[in-house]
Amino acid sequence: MPVHLQGPWSPLLGRLSLHAIPYNNSIILFAFALAAVAAVAVIAPVLYFKKIPYLWREWITTVDHKKIGVMYIIVGLVMMFRGFFDGLMIRTQQVLADGPHSPHFLDALHGYIPPYHFDQIYSSHGTIMILFAVTPILTGLTNVIVPLQVGARDMAFPYLNAVSLWLTTVGAALVMVSLFVGDFSAAGWVGLIPLTELPFSPGVGVDYWIWAIQISSIGTTLNAVNMIATIVTMRAPGMTWLRLPIFTWTTLSTNIIGLTAFPVLGVALALLSADRYIGTHFFTAGQGGNLMLYTNLFWIWGHPEVYFLVLPAFGIFSEIIPTFSERPLFGYVTMVAATFAIGGISWLVWLHHFFTMGAGPAVNTFFSVATMFVGVPTGVKVFNWVFTIYRGRLRFDTPMLWCVGGLFLLLIGGLTGMMLAMPAIDYTVHNSVFVVAHFHCMVLLVAYAIFGAVTFWFPKVFGLQLDERSGKLFFWTFSIGTILVFVAMFGLGFMGETRRLDYLYDPQWLPLLIIQEIGIGFYSLSVLIFCWMLYVTLRHRHAHVEADPWGTSRTLEWLTHTPVPFYNFAVTPQVNARDELDWRRRGGMDRKLPDGYAPVHMPSNTMVPALIGLFAFGFGFGMIWRIWWMAGFSIVAVIVLVIARSFQKTPGYILSTDEITAMERRVEGSSIVAEQPSRPPLVEAEVH
Amino acid sequence: MAIPTHETSHATPDSVLWQPEVEAHDDLAARTLGFWLYMMSDALLFAGLFAAYGVLDHAYNTAGGPGARQIVHPLDGFWQTLAVMTSVFAFSLATVAMKMRSRPGVILYTSIALVLGLVFIGLEIADFRALIAQGAGPDRSGFLSAFFVLIATHGLHMVFGILWMLVMIVQVARSGFTEHIVARLLNLRLFWQFQASVWVCVYAFVYLRGAF
Ligand code: HEM
Ligand SMILES: [Cu+2]
Repeated sequence: MPVHLQGPWSPLLGRLSLHAIPYNNSIILFAFALAAVAAVAVIAPVLYFKKIPYLWREWITTVDHKKIGVMYIIVGLVMMFRGFFDGLMIRTQQVLADGPHSPHFLDALHGYIPPYHFDQIYSSHGTIMILFAVTPILTGLTNVIVPLQVGARDMAFPYLNAVSLWLTTVGAALVMVSLFVGDFSAAGWVGLIPLTELPFSPGVGVDYWIWAIQISSIGTTLNAVNMIATIVTMRAPGMTWLRLPIFTWTTLSTNIIGLTAFPVLGVALALLSADRYIGTHFFTAGQGGNLMLYTNLFWIWGHPEVYFLVLPAFGIFSEIIPTFSERPLFGYVTMVAATFAIGGISWLVWLHHFFTMGAGPAVNTFFSVATMFVGVPTGVKVFNWVFTIYRGRLRFDTPMLWCVGGLFLLLIGGLTGMMLAMPAIDYTVHNSVFVVAHFHCMVLLVAYAIFGAVTFWFPKVFGLQLDERSGKLFFWTFSIGTILVFVAMFGLGFMGETRRLDYLYDPQWLPLLIIQEIGIGFYSLSVLIFCWMLYVTLRHRHAHVEADPWGTSRTLEWLTHTPVPFYNFAVTPQVNARDELDWRRRGGMDRKLPDGYAPVHMPSNTMVPALIGLFAFGFGFGMIWRIWWMAGFSIVAVIVLVIARSFQKTPGYILSTDEITAMERRVEGSSIVAEQPSRPPLVEAEVH
Repeated sequence: MAIPTHETSHATPDSVLWQPEVEAHDDLAARTLGFWLYMMSDALLFAGLFAAYGVLDHAYNTAGGPGARQIVHPLDGFWQTLAVMTSVFAFSLATVAMKMRSRPGVILYTSIALVLGLVFIGLEIADFRALIAQGAGPDRSGFLSAFFVLIATHGLHMVFGILWMLVMIVQVARSGFTEHIVARLLNLRLFWQFQASVWVCVYAFVYLRGAF
């Protein structure tokens, strides 16, 4: 019993018609042109150099955790660019639309973006940055690093890993499509209820938002399963729990959060879709619906999600800081305990996102105190890093710069978080840009960790070092942007600017808005420098890179060749110490190779995950536009694919001793993008 | 602060550095763990739905329509409970047959479990149709929305379990007990028992609590 809709609908195309394409909106036309140019810039060389078979064989059908990780990161970076562009537009609109006499351009009354379009921009900015930029990049980093750090050949479930990647990509693709076909949600990244209900958002925007998140978060949940199973079952001999690198510990904690939190988001969105599609009354403002039910469910996921983001960042700090301080991490055990304390507490604080919604003093007090408790383990971590740095032999390579910058953000973000944790304060600043500045310090801390991590591990994966000079320039321009935008934003928060405004009524805010605009200018500059950094790096790509390019790295991933061969370790390492590489180095044994090689079992490539992704896209698109045949066909296709795959007997193939030996001899030839030997797969036998 | 290190301070020429004999991992163990983890996320999904039901099970969420007391009867749910439980029992017998390497045994007992699963679904559909015919469908009120969606989500899981059984019957008949098939049968048992446990919660929380 689908709900009755306003507007036209046809069985063949659902709600889709030519009107869905906003060809008369100059901003979107510009975005479309930009996207088209970018697409041509990517596709043309691929066609020209006849790289499609290569892409298909080495990337699209791959089950290699390193390539999958790299693809996650690429998807995330592309989306981060899109999110950045949204941010630029938001800032520019606000600085133009301050005060009654502000200028107006295009068809806006103030500034250059009309309100409804502006609402979509900030909604997509938040959704993209949190769910389609930072989350995939972190997932990608954990994908690349964790199997190497625990000394494994791959993830526990390589095929499932590829499925997760493609589902996440589908979510991102749906968000991008919404820009050109139809529109996006205008109800904030949190899905303000009941604004997301059909009577108030009758278009397809909210549906895009729902299905993009729903599909990609299935991917995230599956990835969590995979990660936990990898860490628990695939550790190399001698890798006891207390020798696990901190980054792997934080990945474990993060994925436990992911595994338990994302299903709740799934429920919240599924119930909202039930309201929108079959006319139920979970969250409607009448007929027995309950608005606070949505808000609670969303934040029961939402708060753990912010720790899902920040814990890997903490793990990255814990890897980079010891490397560039040339000292072991201070307080390893307390670091592990703090990681899990944060993970645990993150479940008990969600209500601090709506202290003002009348839960009553007793409830608010509980959640206020619980929130402040997070500060304890976080403080432990900060002191551990500081004591690691203390009396260390410090080097400020780019990754270290990002870490130190991140620590400053953690301080500011954490302390303002503590302020917000007090309901009495929160009542005055809730929904102001003070809150926005708080959480941007926090998520920027994650971004800092990401940039640090990319610079840190880039040589390991690609065998070439990112250019240091432009890397540092990138850091400084980005940081100046951060300071200008967000220090000013704290001020505006105290001056009473509420969030999500397309028109600002107080002309006194203008000076600070201009400072913010200058800050976003620096950010834009830093984006250009980032591209320049990639260019310079590629131009000088011939320099040879050691297994451990930083010279003082400590963990297992730096032990194997650079770039990492597709089988990771020719021989499984025996782990003898917490900082294994450091331990070997001090004994002068870090270059010692294994005496001999044994055959290695590898999983075969498969195109099933990419096909599942394709049909998941079809399903999402069909549901969004209510093209029932398309959605139905796609979901059946996914089920058939899964079943058909279970009939396929491909337990992988074997690399023989000779092949391994040969490849180990000519190391450069065996990087992650090297062609894998093709051969018939093994045949599965009945076990007896 | 020095944490006592139980390890030697550095490597020596006779430290063991590589383990050529160790090849990867125990696939079956990883798959079992992975499936338990997936069940964990499924449990959270049902936790969310039960929470929603608990919140919406109030007089003011019925919007003047029927409440739990008017629409559930412990006896309705009882037949479904019986079907689920005997189905789980039959499937357990199938795994016993698997231990004895008996293809016909596995196929027979899985088919029985499958049919009982179908009976369960049939009863549920009949129940839903009767309610909708009375005008007490999911779009009537917040309470009924929660009621229908909670039970239908469980029903959907049951449908997938049935589909899975069908696939397993074919695979066992075709290829016997390969490592993958054994792993799938064991995971299916876990899945099926978990759905039965969820149904027990539904029965207690919706049917019994609602009726009394
Ligand atoms: C010391 C730890 C932290 C404390 C005490 C804290 C406290 C708070 C409080 C009380 C709010 C609600 C403010 C309001 O809406 O009135 C809030 C909002 C927020 N925080 Fe934090 N926080 C902490 C860490 C983090 C971290 C690590 C992240 C992300 C990585 C984060 C991201 C956010 C986001 C995204 C919001 C706002 C969401 C929205 O309304 O759109 N916070 N924080
Ligand atoms: Cu929070």
